[in-house]
Formats: sequence, structure tokens, C-alpha cells
Amino acid sequence: MKIAIRNGRIIDPARGIDGIGDLVIEDGKIKAVKSQKSKGRSQRPEITGATREIDARGKLVLPGLVDLHVHLREPGYEYKETIRTGTAAAVRGGVTSVCCMPNTNPVNDNASVTEFILKKASAEGACWVYPIGAITKGQKGEELAEMSIMHEAGCVAFSDDGRPVMDSLMMRRALEYSKVMNVPLISHCEDLSLSSGGVMNEGLLSVTLGLKGIPPQAEEIMVARDIALAELTGGRLHIAHISTEGSVALVRAAKKRGIADVTAETCPHYFSATEEAVGDYRTNAKVNPPLRRKRDVEAIKEGLHDGTIDVIATDHAPHHRDEKLGEFDFAPSGISGLETLIGLSMRLVDEGVLSHEGLVEKTAVNPARIIGVDRGTLAPGAAADLTVVDTETEYTVGAAKFVSRGKNTPFDGWVLSARPVITISLGRIHEWE
Amino acid sequence: MSLKSKDLVSIRGLDASDIGLILETAAGFKDVLGRDIKKVPALRGKTTVNLFYEPSTRTRTSFELAAKRLSTDVVNFSVSTSSVVKGESLRDTALTIQALGADIIIVRHSCSGVAHFLADNLGASVVNAGDGTNEHPTQALLDLFTIQERKEAIKGLRVAIVGDILHSRVAKSNMYALTTMGAKVRLIGPPTLVPEALEELGVEIFSDMDKGLRDVDIVMMLRIQMERQGKGFFPTTVEYFRNWGLTPERLSRAKKDALVMHPGPMNRGVEIASDVADGHNSVILDQVTNGLAVRMAVLYLLAGVKG
Repeated sequence: MKIAIRNGRIIDPARGIDGIGDLVIEDGKIKAVKSQKSKGRSQRPEITGATREIDARGKLVLPGLVDLHVHLREPGYEYKETIRTGTAAAVRGGVTSVCCMPNTNPVNDNASVTEFILKKASAEGACWVYPIGAITKGQKGEELAEMSIMHEAGCVAFSDDGRPVMDSLMMRRALEYSKVMNVPLISHCEDLSLSSGGVMNEGLLSVTLGLKGIPPQAEEIMVARDIALAELTGGRLHIAHISTEGSVALVRAAKKRGIADVTAETCPHYFSATEEAVGDYRTNAKVNPPLRRKRDVEAIKEGLHDGTIDVIATDHAPHHRDEKLGEFDFAPSGISGLETLIGLSMRLVDEGVLSHEGLVEKTAVNPARIIGVDRGTLAPGAAADLTVVDTETEYTVGAAKFVSRGKNTPFDGWVLSARPVITISLGRIHEWE
Repeated sequence: MSLKSKDLVSIRGLDASDIGLILETAAGFKDVLGRDIKKVPALRGKTTVNLFYEPSTRTRTSFELAAKRLSTDVVNFSVSTSSVVKGESLRDTALTIQALGADIIIVRHSCSGVAHFLADNLGASVVNAGDGTNEHPTQALLDLFTIQERKEAIKGLRVAIVGDILHSRVAKSNMYALTTMGAKVRLIGPPTLVPEALEELGVEIFSDMDKGLRDVDIVMMLRIQMERQGKGFFPTTVEYFRNWGLTPERLSRAKKDALVMHPGPMNRGVEIASDVADGHNSVILDQVTNGLAVRMAVLYLLAGVKG
């Protein structure tokens, strides 16, 4: 099958391309890309015999996005999400590669779970799935999991995610050991003794709502610790979902000093919303780390702009409606994020925080580089993972219509102006009105 | 005249005229409570449910009596015998109670925001009888009523609230109510229990109790929850009493005619000395009596609002 996508604005920062042009796909691979402003010859491609013609005039043609932080929930929590529904939601959001976190049941802390996920993904998945293994057995922070065997089975990184490794010596050993595989450890930075069961950002709002607060320092202390341990060990550290001004400053300083191999990510909700979204106990705005203050939002944008933050990932955390319907204290943390990733992130382009190229770097090029996979580019020969984004639409986010089983989003009802209209993933074309 | 909302979930949602209306209505009911026959037929045929997820004797009894004196049928939904232990969700329990025909649901729960949640999800009137560390609006209203009985006006009064502000829904509701009515509020206690962020609301914060009590008109003591001891909020109740216990000597820093209040139950010798609790400045038992009248007023006014 031969597909021709014509007249779209092709953005492929990996090759320095940003221009109107045509792109040809054959047998699931990018065959040719010709754009007027590509660094090379700028002539129109000769495309003949395409079995499918797509007119992308006025739209962006981007490499399929790579999401470093997704909870697919399978095995164990299929009522929240499955590999089938989660990858379908990814594709709806323009994402063609997802890294799935290990906090399933059983935990992905051994190769048999990894193999199960990959098998299920190849049978039912709508996009590439790259499992992230647990650092410690059962995410308990006590004994290292079989990282090397899991790596052979297909894990691309390791993380204890929501149950951070509190023991500094254990984290040190893990960072040292990870050098065997040359993979990053992804750290959910939270000093659990300081966050102490908190459910939202600590401040006037948490006090007046009578909700237990989590101070920004609960994150920053662990960011500082993990940077120090990365410096000590030479291991690769990727800091997950940065939410505070102080964390941005710590990562910036570490990068400037060149002392550690550190990369960092944030999520759309941390640059799109503040703690005010909690309002009168709206559980869909409960997320960990919590939504913070305006100054944190500004600092995160600055961190994205100046390169301190390498990656935008969703931390897609689907939950069942019933779990979010009740006491704020008991509701699980998390936002279903895949289907608003592009819409929220494109606002950064509108605000001048990122260029279009910069956005693709944060959502495709850099994450692919961090996990060492050959994705995030439209280079000839690469897998034909791409998404065509309409940036001139205006639509209202409707959580009820999410492809994901998780309808939990504080952005329900927001008016956004960018969304994928076509995603090509694993050789299949997905189209939406 | 009636309230604007079908529910009373927080003081924050009320303005001075709402509070004034409740206090005025309560004054009428207090007269009723002084009569030989302490009952009026105002809400005959209505059903009130006490939905208490937290143990409470005084507040539940006060609401129960208030409801009975308005002639409503009252049912106590007891947690121990309920399906809550079977894992029923809060919403399902509340919908079930509503389906049984409850017009007014009085709720107490250990989680902040539960009253908001029920008010949003039910057609019945919801009265917050204390939710987590958020609010306890009727306590604040009865405190205001008690102050108003003894002082000419609330506006301009200096009120010190002393103790565990962080975990106190009573302190929160009082702070909002007093500020709305024009009083000046001081919060006194150890920094571990008095969130500095509250200064943004225009209240003054003191860790030195002698300074904080200077020239105040009202001293509101809060109950110290014993389980906080040893959790790092303060070392021992002995040290707490030394620094923040209300003794006759400390009270002498306040105005001579200052009122001493306490929402109960008291820990004598922990936050308040017996001499003060039983002294002539104390209006602690008046608070209890007034609680009935104020809760009657709240139930009466809410029943007049169409859901």
C-alpha cells in the first residue's frame, strides 16, 4: 500500500525540516519526504500510483509522538484501562509510542510481566508499546528487580513511579546497576515523609479547603537527592513530571554544571492549570504531584523554553468514574491525559514558549532519544508513525467522548484549537472528523 | 426572607445578611426554648436524617433536638449498623437516604468536602455538621449568637482563637464568620498548628499567647486532640499547657469582661484551666444552649428554600 500525504507542513526536527511538502509511505515505512524548506533539494516529489491520497493542506504533519509516561493499567486494572483502549487513546492523541509504567497488578518487575505486556500489545495494541520495568521488586524499594533480564525482554527504562525509592542507598545501587544496560531510571520525586498523605498543593487554598497539603519541597528534596546520586554514580537519571519552580531551578543548575546525566519531563497539566482547578473538591484535578501555583506554571514554561525540561509526557492515569466520585481524600490521583496532549501543548506554541519544532522535540525527538528507540522522525526508512494535526479547529474537550476508559480530566469543557485528524500507526490509518 | 441556597455547607458561602438572618431567626427560637412547651409545628411532616460518619454525641444530639422541636421526624443513620461497612459509596448511601424521603440531611464526615459533594449530588437540603478539617458552620453561628447576646455588636470586636487551627473546622468557620461580620481575628498557637498562609486572609497570627491575648474581647479555645501529641506538632500536653493553656493569669491579659468560649468537649488542664472554664467569664454552657436555637433556625430557613 502506498500513501501520499500532500501539501501539509512537515515538521521533522531530527532532520531540520519545517516546510510545506509531500510525504510518501510505502509498506509501513516513510519512503520519501519532499518539502520546500528542507535542507537539501527542494523539489516536488514525484508521487505516482498512490493507493491513498491525503490532503493535509493547512495542517501539520508530525512524527508520531512518543509518550514517556503512560499508565496502561493492564494487567490487573482493566476496569480503568487496557492495552487495547490505552493505545487507542494514544493514537487519538497523536501518540504512536507509549512507555507504560510498571504499577500494574502484578507489578512489571519481572520478564514474564514484560513479555505479557508486549504480547498483548502486539495482538491488540494500536501503537508501539515500550514497557518500563520496576526498579525494585514489587516497587517496594527493598530489593532490585531483575533489570537486566527485563531489559532483554523489552523494558526501555526503569521506575518505581508512584512509589519512589525512598532509601538513598537503594537508589544509588539502582543507578549504578542501570549502567549495565545504559538505560535511564525514571524518578517520581516525592519525599513521602514530607508529603505525608497530602492530597493537593500546600498553601492557603489547601488550608481553607481543609485538605492536607503537599509542599513543593517534597518534590524538590528528592530532585536534589537524585541529582546528587546521579552525580555520584554516573547513572542516567530522568526526572518525571516536574511540577515546581524549585525543581526547574535544580535541574537547570545541574545541567549547567554538567555534573550529572539528567533529563527531565513535565506534563501538560503542570503548564496548563494551577491548584485553583481543585475548586470545591473537584477530584478530577487531584493528581500527584499536585497542581501548583501560578509561579510554578510560569517557571515550567520557562524551563521548557530554555531547554531545562526535555520532555512533555502525559502521565496518562486513567481511573474509573466511580473512583473519582466521592470523598476527595479517597479519590485516586491522576489525569487521563493522552487525548488532550496536543491541544494543551499547542497553546505553548501560541504563547511563544515553544516553536513548532520545539514542541516536536519535547514530545517525540527527545523522548525517543532518552529511551534509545528509533522513533520520532519522518526520515525515509523510518516506521511510518505520524500524525496530521489541525491547528485551526476550535473544539470543546468532551471527556465523555474520550477513547480512553478514563474520563478523568480537569480540562473537560476547555476550548482548544489543535487536535490530530489523522494518525498513522503500525501501518493503519486512523481518521477523525 | 430566606437563605439563597438549599444547603448550609460552609460559612464561606454566606454574606453578612445571611448570617444576620440566621441569628435573628435563632433569637425567636430561643424564646420558644424558654417556654414550657418547647416545640413548634413549623416543619411538621418533614423528615430529617442525621448522617454521622464520625462519632459525635453533642452535635448529633443538638441537631436531633433542634429537629424534634421543629416537629420534623428524625432518623439517626448510625454508621456501625449501616451498609457503610459493606463498602457502599458515600453517594449511594446518600441517594438511598434521599430515596427514603429525607428532606434534610445533616452530615458529619472525617473527609473535607463531603458536605459539598452531597449538596451537589442531592436534591435534599444538606447541612454540614462538620467535614474533616474544613468547616463546622453551625458551631460558628452559635458562637456568633452567643457573642451577640453579651456584646452589643460583633463588628469591631477583637477575637482570639487559640489552639490547633490547622485541624480545626470550628476555627475555620469562626474565622470566616467573624471576619464577615467585621470582627478582628487573631490566631494563637504553635506554628506547627497555625498555618502562616492564613495571614493572607487578613488575620493576625501569634505564637506568644500573652501578646496575642492583649485587649481581646473574646477568647475562643479549641480542643487539643490528644492524638496529635508525639506526632511532632508539640512535644507533650504539659508543654502545650504551659505555652497555650488558658489560665486565669493569661486571661488577665484580655479585657476584663472578655468572654471565654470553647466548642467542647474540653480537656481541662490541657488547653483550659478549670478555674477559667468554670469562671464568670465563661459562656461555654450558653454556647450549648444557643446551639439548639441556632440549629432550629438553620433547619427552619433551609426548609423554606426550594431545592
